[in-house]
Amino acid sequence: MPEIKVTPLGAGQDVGRSCILVSIGGKNIMLDCGMHMGYNDDRRFPDFSYITQNGRLTEFLDCVIISHFHLDHCGALPYMSEMVGYDGPIYMTHPTKAICPILLEDFRKITVDKKGETNFFTSQMIKDCMKKVIPLNLHQTVQVDDELEIKAYYAGHVLGAAMVHIKVGSESVVYTGDYNMTPDRHLGAAWIDKCRPDILISESTYATTIRDSKRCRERDFLKKVHESIERGGKVLIPVFALGRAQELCILLETFWERMNLKAPIYFSTGLTEKANHYYKLFITWTNQKIRKTFVQRNMFEFKHIKAFDRSYADNPGPMVVFATPGMLHAGQSLQIFKKWAGNEKNMVIMPGYCVQGTIGHKILNGQRKLEMEGRATVRKLSFTFTLTFFLLCNLDVKLQVEYMSFSAHADAKGIMQLIRMAEPRNMLLVHGEAVKMEFLKGKIEQEFSINCYMPANGETTTVTTNPSVPVDISLNLLKREMALGGPLPDPKKPRTMHGTLIMKENSLKLVSSEQALKELGLNEHQLRFTCRVQLQDPHSDPDTLHRIYTHLKSVLKGYTIQHLPDGTVMVESIVIKVSSSAEDPNTKVLLLSWSYQVTFLRC
Amino acid sequence: RKTYLSPAKKLRLSKPSKSAALHVDLCKATNSTDALQYLLQFARKPVEAESVEGVVRILLEHYYKETDTSVRLKIASLLGLLSKTQGFRPDCIVDDIINTLCNEKSHQVLAQLLDTLLVVGTELPDSPAVRQRLVQVSCKHLSDTYFGVRNKCLQLLGCVGTVDAPLSKDVRDVQSIISDYFGDQDPRVRTAALKAMACRLLSDDYEQVRSAAVQMVWVLSQLYPESIVPIPSSNEEIRLVDDAFGKISHMVSDGSWMVRVQAAKTLGSMLQVSPHFLEQTLDKKLMSDLRRKRTAHERAKELFASGEFSSGRKWADDAPKEKLDTNTVNLIASGACGAFVHGLEDEMFEVRIAAVEALCQLARSSPTFAEKCLDFLVDMFNDEIEEVRLQSIHVLRQISTHITLREDQLDTVLAVLEDSSRDIREALHELLCYTNVSTKECIQLALLELLKNLNKYPTDRNSVWKCLKFLGSRHPTLVLPLVPELLSTHPYFDTPEPDMDDPAYIAVLVLVFNAAKSCPTMPALFSDHTFRHYAYLRDSLSHLVPPLRVLGLDPVDSGSASGSVESAQLFLQQSLNRISTIQNLEAPGAQDLLNFTIRDVQRLGHLQTQLSGAADFCATYLRCQLLLMKALQEKLWNMAVPLCLKQNVTATAAARQILEETYKLEFLYGGLENRQIATIHHVRLQAKALQLILSARTRQGLDPLISSCEKFLQEIEAFQRSFLTELPHLHDSFVDKLLELKPRISACSSVELVKILQTTLRQSGLLQLRLPEQIHRATATIIEPTGESDNPLRFTSGLVVALDIDATLEHVQDPQNTVKVQVLYPDGQSHVIHPKPGDFRKPGADRHRLITQVYLSHTAWTEPSQIEVRLLLSYSSASSSLSSSKHLGWSDSSDGLQSPEAVVEGTIPFSKPVKVFIMPKPARR
Repeated sequence: MPEIKVTPLGAGQDVGRSCILVSIGGKNIMLDCGMHMGYNDDRRFPDFSYITQNGRLTEFLDCVIISHFHLDHCGALPYMSEMVGYDGPIYMTHPTKAICPILLEDFRKITVDKKGETNFFTSQMIKDCMKKVIPLNLHQTVQVDDELEIKAYYAGHVLGAAMVHIKVGSESVVYTGDYNMTPDRHLGAAWIDKCRPDILISESTYATTIRDSKRCRERDFLKKVHESIERGGKVLIPVFALGRAQELCILLETFWERMNLKAPIYFSTGLTEKANHYYKLFITWTNQKIRKTFVQRNMFEFKHIKAFDRSYADNPGPMVVFATPGMLHAGQSLQIFKKWAGNEKNMVIMPGYCVQGTIGHKILNGQRKLEMEGRATVRKLSFTFTLTFFLLCNLDVKLQVEYMSFSAHADAKGIMQLIRMAEPRNMLLVHGEAVKMEFLKGKIEQEFSINCYMPANGETTTVTTNPSVPVDISLNLLKREMALGGPLPDPKKPRTMHGTLIMKENSLKLVSSEQALKELGLNEHQLRFTCRVQLQDPHSDPDTLHRIYTHLKSVLKGYTIQHLPDGTVMVESIVIKVSSSAEDPNTKVLLLSWSYQVTFLRC
Repeated sequence: RKTYLSPAKKLRLSKPSKSAALHVDLCKATNSTDALQYLLQFARKPVEAESVEGVVRILLEHYYKETDTSVRLKIASLLGLLSKTQGFRPDCIVDDIINTLCNEKSHQVLAQLLDTLLVVGTELPDSPAVRQRLVQVSCKHLSDTYFGVRNKCLQLLGCVGTVDAPLSKDVRDVQSIISDYFGDQDPRVRTAALKAMACRLLSDDYEQVRSAAVQMVWVLSQLYPESIVPIPSSNEEIRLVDDAFGKISHMVSDGSWMVRVQAAKTLGSMLQVSPHFLEQTLDKKLMSDLRRKRTAHERAKELFASGEFSSGRKWADDAPKEKLDTNTVNLIASGACGAFVHGLEDEMFEVRIAAVEALCQLARSSPTFAEKCLDFLVDMFNDEIEEVRLQSIHVLRQISTHITLREDQLDTVLAVLEDSSRDIREALHELLCYTNVSTKECIQLALLELLKNLNKYPTDRNSVWKCLKFLGSRHPTLVLPLVPELLSTHPYFDTPEPDMDDPAYIAVLVLVFNAAKSCPTMPALFSDHTFRHYAYLRDSLSHLVPPLRVLGLDPVDSGSASGSVESAQLFLQQSLNRISTIQNLEAPGAQDLLNFTIRDVQRLGHLQTQLSGAADFCATYLRCQLLLMKALQEKLWNMAVPLCLKQNVTATAAARQILEETYKLEFLYGGLENRQIATIHHVRLQAKALQLILSARTRQGLDPLISSCEKFLQEIEAFQRSFLTELPHLHDSFVDKLLELKPRISACSSVELVKILQTTLRQSGLLQLRLPEQIHRATATIIEPTGESDNPLRFTSGLVVALDIDATLEHVQDPQNTVKVQVLYPDGQSHVIHPKPGDFRKPGADRHRLITQVYLSHTAWTEPSQIEVRLLLSYSSASSSLSSSKHLGWSDSSDGLQSPEAVVEGTIPFSKPVKVFIMPKPARR
């Protein structure tokens, strides 16, 4: 039986470093090539030595597919293609192709220029890598080679995020990447048609969560910002540059527009500006509202949102500032925070999760006095140890701290909804924590009664498939079958018919037996079964035959029974002959003969 | 002069020969395209019931001979059309069609013939024999290989087959036959199969099939709502309507948005569903890491209950509490769970609107559900699409009788008052008019926000005042404790008198006065100037300020409203009856009677507003009669032609005025029946006759006279044609007499005709006016500009300035096409501007609102001066009600009867003109 093998190199029972190998119909495909943000050593990249110990990956992989531009899905790409070595095609959607190099370059700068790491990929490598990329369009079927085809579906996680349908022959796999089933202010919901793949590989970040309506969250967010602005306060929103930031910008922009507000909104510059440019371009990837109105006005052409300058932070009057990074651990957002923390009219809104140890985390937990490190001086005292002095200053946090959760992953209900849409035969969970996956696995098996797998990194899942083999059938044979009558062909039920299967040069053909004989140049052989029945009958042979004939005639109504002059009786195609045995004339031997087509005839 | 009657004669001739003509045409046709052309032409004309059978025979005859499939197809479709003709029983052609069906080879034609049978089947619902035959025929053709034929067969089966009685022994019952085709390989056939019968296909691959399945399930649930169905996996049983509700709710998260829209819409119409299931639709069990979490709505409610108002100060105040048992968590929405939560969050605004509408319908029938869905609706106020926001505000208004807003909810609602869209704000004002609030803080909050709104958008003045009026009259007891604060009175000190022209102050006063109406203790709290202001406002804004029993101020005697509507109606009727005696009176007496009656009726219209339309209508009609009478009693008729030029002028003017008035009568009033229209046209005809006579007397030369005579005769023809049914009521009238003399008229010369007209006109009596049930006069009021401003609108000459116009229109049909804005400049120039269709809103039945901008421009003036702005109602006699009703044939007959009467177009001013001060300045160089 043919098999599909799936091996996660990363993201198996884990979040981060997504990299999944799939072998399907003799093709090897790598899905995503991400890095782990939590590690700074070798563990941050997937273990490519799993594929081959030495040498390049090109001959082992048929293609690489990147689902979206987040670094945990594409961060290891230059490393793999340039440093390990891969020259085959890399597929990603147009927006991903556009934004991915910006993020990679930014990431490279931080690691190499700031942290001073060596043995890391260079800018040139990123460029070389991007040259190998073939862009995909939504719902466009791309033939990688003669047998392997891939098709992208909308995933709604970030701009350009896609789910891929990979198909070889009649076997297929769907990889979701990260996706979101509830639309937000700038992206639509994930959608896939009922493609019934053999395996659906789905992320499961929120396997054990069902989320509240996003409208409440939005309303809360807007209300808080609005109240603070009305009071004359300043609002700081620390964000990461891409994804949520754009959603919040749209949210605020439309609110400002609707409510006719005048307070300025600033967006701290940097890579965001470049990214915003791409958001403006890829309108087809956004949601219904933006798509429908961009002719009048592109929603990403912000009217109220302007670029931020350091000096603006001291301006009087209310304002809203989006600043990076999102956890208040460094950079511009921290600087602004320090400036504004002392005034109770001001507010900081944390739109996402904060890692322990960051200032974001501290203030969210209600800490009101912060010890800020002013300047660090390192003095070498002896050979063995160094002492670090921190100049500490206390900061009173008087401003309001709010938390808002805006996240773009499907929750448990969303995952179930996608399964219902695609109707897969098997399910495979990645990109989530093992405990949570366990729960979801149980639910999936219970609700859909399909197998669900959750392999760990390096563990291979094998799924046997039952592919249907297409066979050409001759038209004549079909027509003959139709002429026989009977009910209309029913696609749901198998139907038997006679014919000859010819396997020739990789193709299968079903033809009538006559044609098969002709094509193959063979003679027809008749196969007949005979059997002898002895019976006691005093009459002469012809009489006996006649008596059998009359008897059969009376019993088998509705069958053609002929008494042939050559001393045989034909019942349809069965021949009956009578002869007397040599020893005893009263013992008659009945000779029955039938062809192999006739199985039996009940008397 | 035979030419006069030629059009009518032609018409009469052509009718009976219709079938013959068709026959000739078809025989003439040499090839199939010609035949097809003839058939197409034929299809455009209506056929009378008597001649249908003949036509059918000819068509069938031709059908048998025809070899071309397209022609046969057309004939088959014609047969179907013909059997729909009113008054024709198609049972006689069933056999013929079935015969042709048996011999037909082309699949398309077969399908068309089955369609024809379907028409026949629906026309003959009470004939079991025909039905049985049809069922047999369709069963036979179910095995056809072409999907269209199978499709039609299933439709036919679904239409004629009865569910309860199996038709005969050997024919299986219709349901099972149809259900065999659920598995057909063609999606179109499956769609048909479902439409004829229902739930397996809710998960079909094709969206059309799923959509039809939703509809099907709905139909079944409406047919047998109470029947009990078992749940497959367990041994529980539930009502069919509940089961169907659950299944359709499930479809709200379908992959195709078309299906989602339909599912959401369908949910709204399932009112019989049990409340338990209904409430599930709003419930989405939240969890976080397998712990039960409370929704934001629940949290808000608790916070409100615990007295804490502002929320979300802490991180993780939404931290999950109880741990959930993994077995009890149901991820697949079983049944209706969370259907609306999904629907309201959908990506497509079409789905969201459908969900909002469905919520509305369900909430209106269930107060508890209304209470529950409130939070969700309030959330929708924040949608990204304005249409959705507006819709949810409207919906909330519709269900507001069932609900009382909590303070935190009101807060969210009021936040929308700052919206920059006028529609949203006005919808919200309207919502507030109907809202019940629970505490005085709510009132204060609402007032505060409304004043803020007034400050930000001064154009909302009227709407805000109206809103406060209702708010006050609904919650007098809640307003009472706020009064000293609102009026800023102080027990010991006199406070300064507020500015009377401040819209915000007026707003507060409107609230207070309306509350005081049902709260007699309130006026005691008023200070002196409040009473003075009351008197002023009661006078200037009487629609907003109710009469109060206040010391020193006598409430206005409401004597005007003392008479009941019935007595007023009786009076109106009596006045009209009195008019009928006019024949017996001498000329001066008759004129006096008319004059008095007109005066009476007009006065009645002022007193009884409900009858003002009818009264106005009568008065105008009587004025026409009066004018006509005066014109006929002039001395000029006895004088020689050359001597009476002067009198002629007044009579001509009278004739013209009557004509104008008749157009007003016809187009300005709604609710007229054919009878009244006939009467109006009759008056118009009289006026035209008068004009004709006058012109005959003044003008020399016969040629123009002949042509106008011809025109007049055509008008009589047209009148006779249009009001055939009304003719008996017009006994002894002008037209009646003319028609009697018709043979003579059509034969005589124009000079003679004029003489005849003159005598009949003078002899004929007044036509009694019968009033219909309701007459509404189309009215318009311009709210903006008010015409009070003394500051001229300055702009540079040669450039344009936009003037905002805001007007309400009442009882105007199709305002998009009829209402126009006229601008009159002091130099006599006038511009007519046609507003865009999008500028009209429809806030209520028979009410429209026009909010538009007109552009003004002029050359430079030395002084500011006033221009006049008013609304016009345009009409065209071609679009009058009677002619539109006449053209209702069974096909689009563009070459129908062309009325000989020339189309008359004109406009009627129907609003008071408003003066606007403008000042075009010369351009600076």
